[in-house]
Amino acid sequence: MARKEYAFYPGCSSQKGASASNYLTSVESMCKTLDIKITEIPDWNCCGASISYAEAGELPRHVMNARNFALAEQHLPGQEIVATCAACWLGARESKERLEHNSVLMADTQEALKEAGLSIKAIPEIKHMVEVLIEDLGYEELAKPVKKPLADMKFAGYVGCQTNRPFGIHGESFENPVYLDKLIETVGGEAVPYDQKVTCCGGALAFSEPDKAQAQIKDIIESAYDNGAEMIVTPCPLCQANVEVYQGQINKKYGTKFNMPVLYYSQLMTIAYGGTAKEAGLDGNVIRARKLEEFASK
Amino acid sequence: MSDLNQQMAVRYKNNFLKEIEEQAEMGNWVKMCMQCGVCSGSCPTNFHPGWEHPPQEIFMMIRAGKRDEVLNSQSMWMCTSCYNCYVRCPRKLPITHIMHGIAEYAYRLGRAPKMQPTLHLSKAFWNNCTKNGRVNEVKLTQSLYFKDGLMAGIKMGLAMKDVALGLVKAKRLNIMEALGGGHKCKDVNGIHKMLAKARELEAKRKGRQPA
Ligand code: SF4
Ligand code: SF4
Repeated sequence: MARKEYAFYPGCSSQKGASASNYLTSVESMCKTLDIKITEIPDWNCCGASISYAEAGELPRHVMNARNFALAEQHLPGQEIVATCAACWLGARESKERLEHNSVLMADTQEALKEAGLSIKAIPEIKHMVEVLIEDLGYEELAKPVKKPLADMKFAGYVGCQTNRPFGIHGESFENPVYLDKLIETVGGEAVPYDQKVTCCGGALAFSEPDKAQAQIKDIIESAYDNGAEMIVTPCPLCQANVEVYQGQINKKYGTKFNMPVLYYSQLMTIAYGGTAKEAGLDGNVIRARKLEEFASK
Repeated sequence: MSDLNQQMAVRYKNNFLKEIEEQAEMGNWVKMCMQCGVCSGSCPTNFHPGWEHPPQEIFMMIRAGKRDEVLNSQSMWMCTSCYNCYVRCPRKLPITHIMHGIAEYAYRLGRAPKMQPTLHLSKAFWNNCTKNGRVNEVKLTQSLYFKDGLMAGIKMGLAMKDVALGLVKAKRLNIMEALGGGHKCKDVNGIHKMLAKARELEAKRKGRQPA
């Protein structure tokens, strides 16, 4: 038996062929090394993300999350839910909190769930993968399997919004969380000082208000360069995509020469644990992290 | 004016604060605002030209009964859900959700600005993810680009071509999803029934006709 088991909620972006599929690849490799068993919640559905608020309204949004809770309870009893996406984690936790504090909302939710043949008894705990790593295992355990410390590599730990606010990671400050820097250091990398650590990337508004979002993204990348980082690291799939894929457009608009790889913490960990570039999903980065790829092949 | 807008305007007469309190998600918090301005200073979209009115002002306008100005405003639609205001507000107002709640209410009343791009995104996202239970990223992108018609869509598509190609090459955008493939839940039927029920219950709780 694995040392820890969780009901896994990958979310839409982490499916095969989707925008964060390389996140999933690296998480699976990382969990294998750490002896963490993650079992996908059967037939899970989309959490609705923050952006659906206008069309969804309140109850339908919570009901979507509630269906996942009910499925997890039914098929993976006793297991906590772990999400890898910041928005999924936030949406699910928000729904859990509202339902547990509002009996009217809960009663309505149960009635709606009945239509899908489901019900909730007790909503399981909901964790972000980062919480599993640092709270359930701890930095010391995470350091043990390191075979190839990422020496001489400088990273900007970009935490962003939704893994940080409003819930955040226990014991961390909203203005200057340090867990990501600590994770970078745990695998032997250098975490540079980074003043745009918790700046918003624009989230879903990168689609609907691209100019405003790209102005924010520009600040985030610029600060990483200014502080001597070679790569940006993040725990959030939307941050990752937004900060990575618009660099070409930003370069055109602002005359910058950005070309900075944006990685997931799980990719760093997989490489430090001796995994291949493929196991870390490095081939899934649009701006390839050549230095890390070379390091992995050595 | 939509029927619902008329119905609500009559029901709440000159009490817009009460209307927001009862009709908008988390609207009952508005009266707790002490106008300190922390939220306005924390909002990222305020640093770049974005807000007409930051949250503090919106809350003041609600109390001043400025119904038309609030409901027609672009401001709520600029919220990126960054939760900066939310964690900093000294009165602990769930500002992010209040902004979303007011925006949603304006939309239900048919008062949201026409062609509001974030409203369009919200609709496209929800309809996309509830259709099969999971997001189809290709179709979502298409519906976003082509919202202003075919030519605009092609132009936008060309501007974004390098972004999309990069993702396709990295196996992070599966164009086969456009052809009806893509990810799906097994019990799509159950999800649809469950959501229909949820909409019905929500309308009942708010004393509105179901949409
Ligand atoms: S931070 Fe809170 S109390 Fe201060 S103006 Fe904003 S909503 Fe009002
Ligand atoms: S959550 Fe919305 S309103 Fe609050 S600071 Fe962020 S963008 Fe502004």
